[in-house]
Amino acid sequence: MKKSGSHIFVEALKAEGIDTIFCYPGGATLNITDALSSSDIVQMVVRHEQAAVHAADGYARASGKTGVCLVTSGPGATNTVTGIATACMDSIPIVIFSCQVPTMLIGNDAFQEADIVGITRPCTKHSYLVKDVKDLTRIVKEAFYIAASGRPGPVLVDIPKDVSAAMAEFKYPDKVNIRSYQPTYTGHPGQIKKAMKLVAASKKPVLYTGGGIISSGASDDLRKFAELLSIPVTNTLMGLGGFPGEHPLFLGMLGMHGTYAANMAITNSDLIIAVGARFDDRATGKVDEFAPQAQIIHIDIDPTSISKNIKVNVPIVGDSANVLKKMIEIASHDKDDFKDYPSRVAPWIGETEGWKSKYPLTYLKDGTLKPQYVIERIHEITKGQAIITTEVGQNQMWTAQFYKFHKPRTFLTSGGLGTMGFGFPAAIGAQVAFPRSLVIDVAGDGSIQMNIQELATAVQYNLPVKVVILNNRFLGMVRQWQELFYEKRYTWTQMHYAPDFVKVAEAYGAAGYRIEKEEDVDRTLKEAFRNKRPTFVDVMVNPEESVYPMVPAGAPLREMLLV
Amino acid sequence: MRHIVSVLVENEFGVLSRVSGLFSGRGFNIESLCVAETLDPTISTMTIVTSGNDAIIEQVLKQLNKLINVIKVIDFKETDYVSREMVLVKVSADEKVREEVLRMVEIFRGRIIDVSPKTYTIMITGDEAKIEAFLALIKPLGIKELVRTGPIAMMRGEKTVKMREKHSKGGEEDGQDVL
Repeated sequence: MKKSGSHIFVEALKAEGIDTIFCYPGGATLNITDALSSSDIVQMVVRHEQAAVHAADGYARASGKTGVCLVTSGPGATNTVTGIATACMDSIPIVIFSCQVPTMLIGNDAFQEADIVGITRPCTKHSYLVKDVKDLTRIVKEAFYIAASGRPGPVLVDIPKDVSAAMAEFKYPDKVNIRSYQPTYTGHPGQIKKAMKLVAASKKPVLYTGGGIISSGASDDLRKFAELLSIPVTNTLMGLGGFPGEHPLFLGMLGMHGTYAANMAITNSDLIIAVGARFDDRATGKVDEFAPQAQIIHIDIDPTSISKNIKVNVPIVGDSANVLKKMIEIASHDKDDFKDYPSRVAPWIGETEGWKSKYPLTYLKDGTLKPQYVIERIHEITKGQAIITTEVGQNQMWTAQFYKFHKPRTFLTSGGLGTMGFGFPAAIGAQVAFPRSLVIDVAGDGSIQMNIQELATAVQYNLPVKVVILNNRFLGMVRQWQELFYEKRYTWTQMHYAPDFVKVAEAYGAAGYRIEKEEDVDRTLKEAFRNKRPTFVDVMVNPEESVYPMVPAGAPLREMLLV
Repeated sequence: MRHIVSVLVENEFGVLSRVSGLFSGRGFNIESLCVAETLDPTISTMTIVTSGNDAIIEQVLKQLNKLINVIKVIDFKETDYVSREMVLVKVSADEKVREEVLRMVEIFRGRIIDVSPKTYTIMITGDEAKIEAFLALIKPLGIKELVRTGPIAMMRGEKTVKMREKHSKGGEEDGQDVL
């Protein structure tokens, strides 16, 4: 029996096991919107298409499933670009369905037409324009396969309005066969052996691990491997949660705002084992002086990440979990090389302990309300069990430093692109994936204004997302740079015209609280976390506070400005 | 270092812009690019001339490989190859230089493919050295217009491009990229 393109689309989503989409309607979506109305797929209508993508992204990061969003043509599609670029930089599996003007109008500068495949080409993993309804099921199947396999990423599918109306037989393919796309999952055994020889010979090893640990589900393997050989671990921002934050082998985050211990461990190490990390400039500092004494093993599923920023000694292309399992096997069975390994690296562990106790993460406690204190309290009150999203800037860095993440997929942040406005819609997406979990967006007063309209979405769908605004009346991270490098000329960064966030929350039908004194923090946060409503907590923190340690741009990791 | 790279791609709309966009987006050099269908109508070959140090070329090859529509990437620096380029050049052909131009064309085994009272249009094919030599000699006589295909290349001898599975070349062996 023949079905219309839009019904085929809905059936294809069902066949993929999709239960939720984040969407915004328009003229070009009408056929699909209508077909979806009689389906069981939950449709979360947001207030801006950028938020639809961020919400799908947050849903994907929190659940490990592929996020889906659907938007209309032209401005609806162009509004998704920042969300798509955010997901692309952080390798998050989402599929974006954009509707398009009818095929015979494509290229005519038609009303609400934009070449979204062209516009998003640099920031998608792949994209499709469906020209014939007969291709629709194959393309949907391929899109989901490409998004979630190999190094995950966003895939865009553009569906013209006449295609969604045209009739065809529905038969969903059960297999994908793309001859030009065959990701490598299994690491080369010879390379793994070679890597383990380097491990055996090293006295000062460090595991430097990133988002790949999270996306490949390798955090248990990482913990096993680190504990088996007693190797200290540092995480990138994207890797946080991939290794228990209070584990004795954990050095904390490395890089521009990383811990003293992590940055000194990298600087003094004789072997870096990079797993699912890509040597991003915020993590490496000055690349010529990154790990100057170390050999480097690099495990990554994406060959382009290898030897891109840093020359490595042993590259291993493969899935992190897969390769770590093989390494654990070798370490467990090769008694000659690894029997007394932990005792051989004990002096090194002692050295890292020394750095940890000499310069722990700290801040000046001067009686004013400090943002770091707020994060510490959030960690304490939630026992580290909440799903935390952040916006971008100081709020993000303080969260990364002072909240100890225990589990993967509990820290959702825009690492690569650094997108202000990500955290709130991402929290909405995470809350949809885990309705019973406590989801908190740690925000800044600047960032929250970028997608503040999503309060309406949270209220409409009863999503009790908590937004803790560290309100310092500044675009704090840029202000910090102006303070350090531009003689305190605070051009463009003063935010004295911010709205009253409590009233804004109330205007939307959400709850709003304000905290002005340290002694009110616990009581108000507990109350805010207990209530069952979307909630803003406006915390008036000390506006002078900066994020430390800090490695100035272009400096090597060992040159940290400390508190 | 100049490299000729052959890229087998799915013969679909939009693939060319993915490849050219990759070069512009990542700041890679692209000197020439030549695309056409192969014996298999579902596959096209792109011959790209690019330049850069070893690290940049490694990235170029890997990033090309990463594109979903790319089936295979061959760097001709790693193998013996033959390459040819075609040039159409319109030159002045007034009485003073007519004979001279004809002689040059003959020496270089080119062909005159169009004539007007004041111009010759010459077609010449060959490797890059030959083309450059010809152009250097003809330039003083007055080139009015020039169009080049950029080189196309093929492995020498019996070797042909095998359609191996893509994953067999994304891997790394003994620290060397197998591309």
